[in-house]
Amino acid sequence: MQNQISAPKQRLSLSDPKVRAWLFQIITVVAVVAMGWYLFDNTQTNLQHRGITSGFGFLENSAGFGIAQHLIPFTESDTYARVFLIGLLNTLLVTFIGVILATLLGFIVGVARLSNNWIINKLATVYVEVFRNIPPLLQILFWYFAVFLTLPGPRAAHGFLGSFFVSSRGLNMPAAIATDAAWPFVISVVLAIVAIVFMTRWANKRFEATGVPFHKFWAGLALFIVIPALCALIFGAPVHWELPELKGFNFVGGWVLIPELLALTLALTVYTAAFIAEIVRSGIKSVSHGQTEAARSLGLRPGPTLRKVIIPQALRVIIPPLTSQYLNLAKNSSLAAGIGYPEMVSLFAGTVLNQTGQAIEVIAITMSVYLAISISISLLMNWYNKRIALIER
Amino acid sequence: MTSHTFKPDMPPPSKVFGPVAWMRQNLFSSWINTLLTLFAIYLIWLVVPPLLSWAIFDANWVGTTRADCTKAGACWVFIEQRFGQFMYGYYPQELRWRVDLTVWLAIIGVAPLFIKAMPRKAIYGLSFLFIYPIVAYILLHGGVFDLVNVPTSQWGGLMLTLVIATVGIAGALPLGVILALGRRSEMPAIRVMCVTFIEFWRGVPLITVLFMSSVMLPLFLPEGMNFDKLLRALIGVILFQSAYVAEVVRGGMQAIPKGQYEAAAAMGLGYWRRMGLVILPQALKMVIPGLVNTVIALFKDTSLVIIIGLFDLLNSVKQAAADPKWLGMATEGYVFAALVFWIFCFGMSRYSMHLERKLDTGHKR
Repeated sequence: MQNQISAPKQRLSLSDPKVRAWLFQIITVVAVVAMGWYLFDNTQTNLQHRGITSGFGFLENSAGFGIAQHLIPFTESDTYARVFLIGLLNTLLVTFIGVILATLLGFIVGVARLSNNWIINKLATVYVEVFRNIPPLLQILFWYFAVFLTLPGPRAAHGFLGSFFVSSRGLNMPAAIATDAAWPFVISVVLAIVAIVFMTRWANKRFEATGVPFHKFWAGLALFIVIPALCALIFGAPVHWELPELKGFNFVGGWVLIPELLALTLALTVYTAAFIAEIVRSGIKSVSHGQTEAARSLGLRPGPTLRKVIIPQALRVIIPPLTSQYLNLAKNSSLAAGIGYPEMVSLFAGTVLNQTGQAIEVIAITMSVYLAISISISLLMNWYNKRIALIER
Repeated sequence: MTSHTFKPDMPPPSKVFGPVAWMRQNLFSSWINTLLTLFAIYLIWLVVPPLLSWAIFDANWVGTTRADCTKAGACWVFIEQRFGQFMYGYYPQELRWRVDLTVWLAIIGVAPLFIKAMPRKAIYGLSFLFIYPIVAYILLHGGVFDLVNVPTSQWGGLMLTLVIATVGIAGALPLGVILALGRRSEMPAIRVMCVTFIEFWRGVPLITVLFMSSVMLPLFLPEGMNFDKLLRALIGVILFQSAYVAEVVRGGMQAIPKGQYEAAAAMGLGYWRRMGLVILPQALKMVIPGLVNTVIALFKDTSLVIIIGLFDLLNSVKQAAADPKWLGMATEGYVFAALVFWIFCFGMSRYSMHLERKLDTGHKR
């Protein structure tokens, strides 16, 4: 005899958690969509009443204003699209310089905080505690209004080495003007890099086969210096230096870093370095002392112990928060709006928005740029994290 | 019978104990350390004496106008003269007692929470949390009970900074907890919406959010309806900060062992009770230090409202430094503002470290 057990009848009932989940989700989605539609509808009416035509057509219009610093050529008759590009490039420039300087300073201070030298240790602690507790915008304003703008004018500028001048107009420095020998020089540098790659591969192979070490670093350095130097000897100097000269009331020639850029990079560097220092410190401290002892007992000398045992393990802890600091630096570069350095926010979301009145489009473009930057950095980060993550067994 | 007397103890070897040994160990242990020590002393000598003489010994402390600043150092007269503006902005002089009262009420109201033996802390805390904002709003804004109305456009200085920071965190906390729950939810639609929301706000700088709330929010609202400038900024700050709070809370929820979730479910608790009675109390306690760090970040970020023209502490200083009567006082002004911000942020970070030690009840295994 067959014993039939029939499943209980499925009925739609609110006491079924699945049904409730569905219902709840549907209600939420409908509410969000309705809210979005309501806002969209309001915006449409408002735009109509104000006579603003939406769309990205305004990007083709001529801007009609000058920009203090542009990395690519720009005239007043250029379009808003080009203004956007200039703002983006300036943002990237500040971020790039800031990331490099902040990393250097942050690593130095972070290592100093671990130093067994009492005075160095305390100095680094004071640095970190002072600068990470002051708002970055305040630091930017301080450097700009209280330091760079109060410097003497160009005629009384502080000079260094006869070719660097600091004044209220910024930092004037020699410009590298490419000569005919520039291209051969670039090619020689590329050649040197290729040579180094091959040399490293060969050295690694030999090391794995025979165990004989090779001084990769010194050989690489020698290659990197000798090949371009030979090229410069044969073809002549790749660049010639154009020195800034005081003519009348300002400097002529050379490159100039405007005070806004100096204040912004300095403040962001100092601020971010304080955070990076803490990250570096905790990263190095996270490697247990047993690792050092184990490496030493295997016969590794202090140098290789640091390079091959401590640093790789510390980096695993350091890198993820480090990238989020880089991201913060990129986002904080938008604080330039406080001093009028022409980057994304102050140039595009400030000046262009005021001129065109295309609030929605301009803000949307600005936000998507930052979103794109942060998403790409976090994707890169996740990929790197996966690559170096401990493989646990 | 002769009694044996001990010889007196020898002094400790000076190579191991005492200031000389300490210096040998901590300052001059190797030639690199000696060099570093000398370099550090040189740095300190370069920075500290001029700074001290500027800020204290050569500074001008008394006077009423710029002409009274005759010495070479800092002109603190400027700060003394403009102190009211830095603290209260353009809040009417005769009504500033209301701001003071609000602050005192907050201090007196919060103080009992720090007394260990206090009974019914939770009930007291919650009722304070609900009653105080209403009282504070009535006191600051006025317009009822014979209190003269002070429009928010007159608010400013440190008071505005504190208002934005406290309202910001008070609004961001509940929203952040809800977002964190949503992100950990098993319903895909909810999860996707919460993740999008969080990642969007975390991906953009606060400055663009403030720009958005000041130029786009009026477009979103029905015709004729308009928000106060401060309220618009607050909405932006709350939305922005809630995403960060959500991530901190999520971190805490992930750190709770899975057994806790399973045990709560095995007890037959529904979702909300599972979260409200078992998971969140543990998770929130664990992330208190992280939340304090978020508050510090928010406090520093309040200075950005300068961009949309609100007169917080930093903007008050900037305006005062641009006053023709006090030209060239930018350094003093910014140093003062930096000091105020620093005291708040440093105090909070120390408090968060203290909490971290106090609340460490052994979840790290």
